[in-house]
Amino acid sequence: MARPLLDVQDIRIHYDTTRGSYKVVDGVNVKIKRNEIFGLAGESGCGKSTLVEGILRLIEPPGRIKSGSVRFYPLGDDEALGVDLVQLGEEELRQMRWKHLSYIPQGSMNSLNPIMRVEDQMIDVITTHADLSRQAARERANELLRTVGLSARAARAYPHELSGGMKQRAIIAMAMVLNPALVVADEPTTALDVNVQRAILEMIADIKQQTGATVIFVSHDMAVHAELVDRLAIMYAGEVVEVSDVYTIFENAQHPYSRRLIASIPALGGSRTRLESIPGMAPSPLQWPSGCRFHPRCPHAMSVCQQIAPPLIELTPGHQVACHLYYDVHELQLSPTQESEHAI
Amino acid sequence: MTTSQTLSQPLLAVQDMRMVFEATGGMFSRHNVVAVDGISFQMHAEKPTLLTIVGESGSGKTTLARSLLGLRRPSSGSIRFRGQDLYAMSRAELHDYRKAVQPVFQDPYATYNPFYRIDRVLTMLVDKFNLADSKLAGQKLIEEALHAVDLRPHDVLGRYPHQLSGGERQRVMLARTYLMKPRLIIADEPISMIDAALRALFLNILLDFRDKQDISCIFITHNLATAYYLGGEIMVMCRGRVIERGDMDAVVNTPGHPYTQLLLEAVPSNNPRRRWTEKRAGLSIDTSELKFSPNACVFVSRCPHVMDICHQHRPALMRTPDGQEAACFLHGNQVFQDQTTITLEEKPTVKN
Repeated sequence: MARPLLDVQDIRIHYDTTRGSYKVVDGVNVKIKRNEIFGLAGESGCGKSTLVEGILRLIEPPGRIKSGSVRFYPLGDDEALGVDLVQLGEEELRQMRWKHLSYIPQGSMNSLNPIMRVEDQMIDVITTHADLSRQAARERANELLRTVGLSARAARAYPHELSGGMKQRAIIAMAMVLNPALVVADEPTTALDVNVQRAILEMIADIKQQTGATVIFVSHDMAVHAELVDRLAIMYAGEVVEVSDVYTIFENAQHPYSRRLIASIPALGGSRTRLESIPGMAPSPLQWPSGCRFHPRCPHAMSVCQQIAPPLIELTPGHQVACHLYYDVHELQLSPTQESEHAI
Repeated sequence: MTTSQTLSQPLLAVQDMRMVFEATGGMFSRHNVVAVDGISFQMHAEKPTLLTIVGESGSGKTTLARSLLGLRRPSSGSIRFRGQDLYAMSRAELHDYRKAVQPVFQDPYATYNPFYRIDRVLTMLVDKFNLADSKLAGQKLIEEALHAVDLRPHDVLGRYPHQLSGGERQRVMLARTYLMKPRLIIADEPISMIDAALRALFLNILLDFRDKQDISCIFITHNLATAYYLGGEIMVMCRGRVIERGDMDAVVNTPGHPYTQLLLEAVPSNNPRRRWTEKRAGLSIDTSELKFSPNACVFVSRCPHVMDICHQHRPALMRTPDGQEAACFLHGNQVFQDQTTITLEEKPTVKN
């Protein structure tokens, strides 16, 4: 089978403080295919933003990537063309950014430079990272701004003159200036109106279609994932607890946490049934619960759940779940090397 | 005013409220901004109601909420609480009003003083409004209030705001309102900054407050799915005006205004097999770039059903076949002019 674009193996991102080590991301394995929209969901504090920051090597002290690798193949399937983002030096990373991977951070509407016109900020990125004249860069910037629905007038505007939705569009256009292989968008529609949200989601779907890019889409809003992503990983307490194509997750989620997450979204129209919320408090990354980290809040918790952490195991091709309900852990231990044949 | 008169008055009556902000310049705003443009509505006092106000940003919903809370006097029009003008109340009356009408704000991170423990927002209330005779009784009240919002007192008391999650902070705000036993809660986007899984809990508490404590609520949101879950009544705002209002089910199932339709279609479906199928080209226009005329429908530049009359007159709220009211000439030929409704001779016709 084809090599994934991004192969994240057992990544751990810890924040070392005087109070102890916060294990925010604690052993995540994901493979992200070429030209898909891969969703990351979970409640706040589950580590989804930290995971993508780790992949992009944006972790600042006291945080650090404690272990793991992120193999990235922007140029082709050949193993020799891949790089391990975790091992790259600053200069190599700088050359990688914008050109092969770009990032739309949370609250990125506020990350535009307030004293530069939108267009000039884009021209700067292009001329720094690609061999283009200023005039050619200007044309490219304007062409991209047009595709996200911003007029020439908006291109010449300063950020404070634009609405939140327009700034977000400008940021998306900027992320696409050099046609990167991977775009990471962290909550790009949070704090935006439903109408603007729809426009932004359609824009992200277009990016995948038209440029062939791969998108990692982070959001706590399951309804938005239902609308946009191809595959979805559910995170809880620094780990991935379920991964599958989006249809399977919404129609046949197996992990009790995923099910609760889906049951808590209100639907528009139809009968009203009282929504279930997830009881209990989100655990602290300073000391995750023993065994399965969801067991204190899980309605199906068994005694094994308190003691042994369930591994992420493939139930059906492409659908992986970390839950003791679906397999006997003692059988699994007889074959500890059991690994997925399929990319997750 | 006698008690019987007070009872016959609506709980809240807003009449022709307008709020105009003077222009300060800037690329897209060289005119005065009319944030709220002639809004009238009533909430009756007999039984508790949930009124949801929806609209996109810039529709004036927060400005309206701030005026209702007594934080900003409207440029014109009146807001009456049980018949009394909110902006003509004496200090003592205002004190009672603040007891009867409680706010919940959008940002659970900005509403707390980080230097004080969570307990303070609750104990201060007990002291200031003399809710309990003794310290012990006060403590019992606080614990009861925390239980009512599904928090365990020992989980939150004695902690500082930064030690609580957004959802917990918003629930402490609800516990605070519960202590006051208000008649009305005004909640401005209270769940937009909390986790999806905790939103359900927050909404369920509001429903319980209505059903068990007789507390009415004005719930402001841009999320129609949440609004629908709450039920009750809905008011849709666009550019400072109410363009549709009525029973939640009627408005959601058979929207009478094309703008409401647009909002409904932008709600994600929850079902990956029923995704949006067509692109919405019109959305490339940002509302901040549009011009608005006081003598036209606010939605002319984006409306798929636009007619000549829509450019010339401002539609009044008209009854639709499904029972709600919509400000759209598709439902009749009544015009809103100088704060009154007049009926036009001409019949609206669809433009080719």
